[in-house]
Amino acid sequence: MLLIVLDGTEPAPGVLGLAQALGGPVHAVAFGRDDDAAAEIAAGLAKQGVGVLHTLRHPLLGDYGPEAYGEALAQLVGRLRPEGVLAAGTDHGTEILAHTAARTGLPLATNCLSVTGGPRWQLTRVRGGGMLLEDAELDAPVKLVTAAQGAEAPSETAVRQECTVEEFLPDLPQELARSAIVERTPRGGGLTLATAPVVVSGGRGVGSAEGYAVLEELAGLLGGVVGCSRVATNNGWRPHSDQVGLTGTKISPRLYVACGISGATQHWVGCMDSRAILAINTDPDAPLVQRATYAVVGDVHEVVPAIVAELHARGVHPDG
Amino acid sequence: MPDGLEVLVCVKRVPASGARVPLTPDGLHVDTRHLGFTIGPHEECAVEEAVRLVGEHGGRATVLAAGPPEVAEQLRYALAMGADRAVLVDTGSDELDPQATAAAIGQAVAELAAEKPPDLVLFGDSSADAGHFQVGVRVACGLGLPIVGGIKGVEVGDGVVRLRREVADGDERYVLPLPAAAGVREGLNLPRYPNLPGRLRAKKAAVHTIVARPEPGGLRTVRLRQPADEATGPVWLGRGAAAAPAVVDVLDELGVV
Repeated sequence: MLLIVLDGTEPAPGVLGLAQALGGPVHAVAFGRDDDAAAEIAAGLAKQGVGVLHTLRHPLLGDYGPEAYGEALAQLVGRLRPEGVLAAGTDHGTEILAHTAARTGLPLATNCLSVTGGPRWQLTRVRGGGMLLEDAELDAPVKLVTAAQGAEAPSETAVRQECTVEEFLPDLPQELARSAIVERTPRGGGLTLATAPVVVSGGRGVGSAEGYAVLEELAGLLGGVVGCSRVATNNGWRPHSDQVGLTGTKISPRLYVACGISGATQHWVGCMDSRAILAINTDPDAPLVQRATYAVVGDVHEVVPAIVAELHARGVHPDG
Repeated sequence: MPDGLEVLVCVKRVPASGARVPLTPDGLHVDTRHLGFTIGPHEECAVEEAVRLVGEHGGRATVLAAGPPEVAEQLRYALAMGADRAVLVDTGSDELDPQATAAAIGQAVAELAAEKPPDLVLFGDSSADAGHFQVGVRVACGLGLPIVGGIKGVEVGDGVVRLRREVADGDERYVLPLPAAAGVREGLNLPRYPNLPGRLRAKKAAVHTIVARPEPGGLRTVRLRQPADEATGPVWLGRGAAAAPAVVDVLDELGVV
């Protein structure tokens, strides 16, 4: 039996995909849901071929806390002894499984793209956000795995079945309350790097903080936002929250416009999921130019204003 | 804290790779013959934060790295940034699995704690090369310390550490009683470049060595490989300002105007 950790109220597509590839019965686990919520989640899971939803209940599981969640899951794993536990490779999914791994002494393979079952699982995991792939072998009585962002969604339609709800009451020491969330601030509305359909990014070739004004203008015309490379952040031209890359934000817009960015691997892995990339660079051999869909050879400060002027000439204006 | 903060930072020596990561012929390692080494970006921020916290509260910032003797290079870099003490956990190997890495670091931290336990242990959220996202959690758990990852804000006071984390839909805040641990992310601060006096001091500083030979864990690397690179070269839209009409045609085709 495989146990999947829900990402909110449903399984992440990559997690279901890995579970399907491994085969066999699938159970799911949710934290701190009441009866009504659990029944609703179970109804959704039934369509995805999940047979049992285990709801973990305890006063410490009301809001997220990595230690309480990790310990509760560790106790459920001890009770059920599943063949494997799969979670999404998200902030919380990865963290919960890391705590479960630490508390059970089990190995954990994070960011897996594919898994093949057997006494030892053969898996391919993403290293460095996608710079390298690692083929690895996971040998443990219970295999703990997180699915990479790019892991394949399930290919076949799952066989619909009854999904029953089973309650599990973990025994959690009160001291684990120490790492619970004390406050949550939702992100303000509006476009963000992660959600914008167009991102216009600048790197070393922009040359200064002031140089981004024309990129802002182009982004405004295309209904997008401005991003930057690590060089720009390190030079203090843009805040780190604008940084696209392995240690910044991973983006997947319809169009990524990379202005004066050579494309070190650390940047590439942050933008490689863009549907189209337009690179503007003085160096036609720059790695990002070679990997782009479209390219213009030239200085950012000549090319971008000309594009803005051409858009204006064709009647494109902000909000219009 | 009456005698200041005892801060411990764990860093990893990783290859400083450019646009493509070269591999050894057996596919087991990154070919580093023509690469330099560095501290990962998250961990550089952890060192900066430790130095900043000790500047604010007094105390001592210790930097620790596990690996072959060559990790002394990264430890000296952290000393040049302002760390007070360096500890090399000699594992005799440049890449251990995450359970073994955590065991080696845990053993070393326990030895150091016998002399003076740390108030705060900082890790990078994940290493820049292997990216296992778990060594910090395993070490903290082994030491009985609370830990939260993904941290972009750290403030210490009144016996607690206040942590801010950015997640997809907003910010989360945590207040952990000291002693505690955190996994930090780039963006927490802007790490300083070591100055000349710092570099000179670091060059002469002693590096304390602890030998650890941990048992391997259950995750074994079979081989590394390059992701399929589908780069076939771009569609060239022209040179300089003259390319603008062709660019706008493409923007139109893509449906973004």
